[in-house]
Amino acid sequence: MTTLDNRIDFYPTNEYQGIKYRRGRVLPFGATLVPNGVNFSVFSSAATSCTLVLFNKNEEDPYAEIPLPDEFRVGNVYAIIVFGLDYENIEYGYRMEGPHDPQNGHRFNRDIVLSDPYAKAIGGRDTWRDISGLNRNYPFRSRLVFDDFDWEEDNPLETPMEDLIIYEIHVRGFTSHPSSGVRHRGTFAAIREKIPYLLELGINCVELMPIYEFDEFEHSHENPDTGDLLVNYWGYSTLNFFAPKAGYAATGKYGMAVDELKTLIKELHRNGIEVILDVVFNHTAEGDHRGPTISFRGIDNKTYYMLTPDGYYFNFSGTGNTLNCNHPVVRNMVLDCLRYWTSEYHIDGFRFDLASILGRAQDGSPLNNPPLLESLAHDPILAKCKLIAEAWDAGGLYQVGVFPAYGRWAEWNGKYRDTVRKFLKGEHNTVGQLSQCMQGSPEMYLHRGTTAGINFITCHDGFTLYDLFAYNEKHNEANGENNQDGCNDNFSWNCGWEGETDDLAVNLLRHRQIKNALTILMLSQGVPMILMGDEMGRTQYGNNNTYCHDSSLNWLDWSLVQKNFDLLSFARHIINFRRQHPILRNKEHYSNRDYKESGYADITFHGTKAWHADWSESTTVFAFMLDGHHAKNGFVKDDTIYVAANMHWDALDFELPQLSENRKWHLSVNTSMMPPETFYPLNSEPALENQSGFIVGGRSVIVLIGK
Amino acid sequence: MKVTIQTKNNIVYITIQGSIDSNTAGELQSHILEKLGSFNRVIMDLTAVDFLSSAGLRVLLMLYRQLSTNGGKVLLVNVSDEICDIMSMTGFINFFELYGSIDEAEKQFI
Repeated sequence: MTTLDNRIDFYPTNEYQGIKYRRGRVLPFGATLVPNGVNFSVFSSAATSCTLVLFNKNEEDPYAEIPLPDEFRVGNVYAIIVFGLDYENIEYGYRMEGPHDPQNGHRFNRDIVLSDPYAKAIGGRDTWRDISGLNRNYPFRSRLVFDDFDWEEDNPLETPMEDLIIYEIHVRGFTSHPSSGVRHRGTFAAIREKIPYLLELGINCVELMPIYEFDEFEHSHENPDTGDLLVNYWGYSTLNFFAPKAGYAATGKYGMAVDELKTLIKELHRNGIEVILDVVFNHTAEGDHRGPTISFRGIDNKTYYMLTPDGYYFNFSGTGNTLNCNHPVVRNMVLDCLRYWTSEYHIDGFRFDLASILGRAQDGSPLNNPPLLESLAHDPILAKCKLIAEAWDAGGLYQVGVFPAYGRWAEWNGKYRDTVRKFLKGEHNTVGQLSQCMQGSPEMYLHRGTTAGINFITCHDGFTLYDLFAYNEKHNEANGENNQDGCNDNFSWNCGWEGETDDLAVNLLRHRQIKNALTILMLSQGVPMILMGDEMGRTQYGNNNTYCHDSSLNWLDWSLVQKNFDLLSFARHIINFRRQHPILRNKEHYSNRDYKESGYADITFHGTKAWHADWSESTTVFAFMLDGHHAKNGFVKDDTIYVAANMHWDALDFELPQLSENRKWHLSVNTSMMPPETFYPLNSEPALENQSGFIVGGRSVIVLIGK
Repeated sequence: MKVTIQTKNNIVYITIQGSIDSNTAGELQSHILEKLGSFNRVIMDLTAVDFLSSAGLRVLLMLYRQLSTNGGKVLLVNVSDEICDIMSMTGFINFFELYGSIDEAEKQFI
């Protein structure tokens, strides 16, 4: 016997129905493996008693219910250590007794077995869309997990924010299509098989759409027209904040989702790719007063939710309820959760869905100094994590540019998206705004640097990049809501025909527009984000709100690699171009000054005439030059880069700024040309014959390098 | 689960039959540690193992860690395709060398 085995708290003191237990430890919350047993700890501010309920996996009814003696409670926390549990094969939950008094915020119901808000895994949806768990009495049971994964030398990568190129992925969407050619489609393991593809594309960060456990069957219903089952495919509806989505793991049915996800992260890191999680802390899957009671509502309704004065649910999320994020207890839960994912899963950053809700007080009013956002920004464990806000909510708060940042937070730059879209479709009065966007939006982020903005033209929410140039209007009929859902302000242009067409000219223009868009995105200061599949022209046939489709509408069709190889090879080139040119990744904003005395300011603006930018309302052309001496804010020397974008329908002659030091202009990109002349590989760019002017085709972008 | 452990020419041969899960992992682990002594070369025959749970995989990894600290290693023999697939998806496979027969594995120790 070692000395450790001598501790008296390794042995039971009580026995009930043959199960041995003793007083537990109140911290940490949740279930923790301890020598000989499991420590359970749960908080409720208003429960009058707590019963631990134990199930064998796959059995309908509990095999034991242990009422916690009152002496096991410290403050409002109940804790117990239970001995001799088969930790791989048990599931647990709690019955909480307390008042059912909705008007005063209490909705206790001891008939329901509740899942643990701190459970590290949840059973019930072990295999995606497996209906066998649908009719269980207590569908979402808490489980125990091993937290001893062997990470070897792995750690979060801490890639500088300005060097990131983010690729937004839906775990199922990425590999579920039969053309993906992977062993276990739609899983974490399958993403691992696609790492070579990601490396060749050139991105260095994947942002995973929600992977916290959710119920794909939530609100599922048949599409009356097609008979297809519409499900919660996107997963923005959290059942539990600490548990990974088991159905996203090929090994979920063996209870090994945690190991599979960690293995994916370790492997991505080994290949220099960071992992950002899209996290949903603004609401839960319990809906409003008509929704199911699964966990939080029955454990401590008044603490976990923002309630109206008469005990109903505030709905700033648009989904029925709002998590009470700035309640001190909930705040700690969010912090515990992010610390857990950072330390246990080596996650590199988080993107917060409807993050403005995280800045609301318990009565819903926006706070000037939101304690949750401040805590996250200053947390010692999250210190190197990327924190990215979707800086608005469904309650009307729009904080792009003014999100409380504490020197840490970045934002999805919604203004960038809208401006670039308008410019690309040739709208007037956009060039001034566009010049801000290309500089990393200094008009919003002057004191926060370029990395305050995540630049994107498309994301999961809205049109794909292809559809942006194939549809004027959304086509959401398949969602079964009479095309009433989804955004109406898409700033899209169908290039002359609504939807699919055989018209060669229309299709060529669409491809050119995609290349124009990718060029603008990759040549903007700030952090670019690409939506999965946009690099190969993925379409959702005009549907701009595909949250409910587990079908080829959402699955990436890998045959597009061949079909649209011109797009993919272009995307690889322009991403690689960004990675090779540090001048595109300055952390501080350009100063419009020549602080390196190179003869050129760091950025200069041009039009069809060199040195004369056209800021007039009706202009659709924009050109700028980045002086290579000012790369990485003057610490690195790069080539000089000149970009001219002509969104006029016809070709225009651009006068080129003259280069000093016998340097010459070389052509890297000309989107008006057909392959192989659309772009030239790095270091084999041809010098221009005419060094003083360039005819830029209609609706085209060119990129020159001066060297 | 049934385990037999034999030692021959400074190699520990472990043969397991059945499933290794949380019910049997503890027993297996103490059984192995007891017989391992100062030996650091292990051949584990998994021909008759039909399932390795998370706890089972952890026994193997524990053994790997134990042996690698004193310069030894554990070789796995006849791992079924399904177990191999699970080990690959959960990352455990990276710690082990897999062989098709005991003879093949023995050659690594000569």
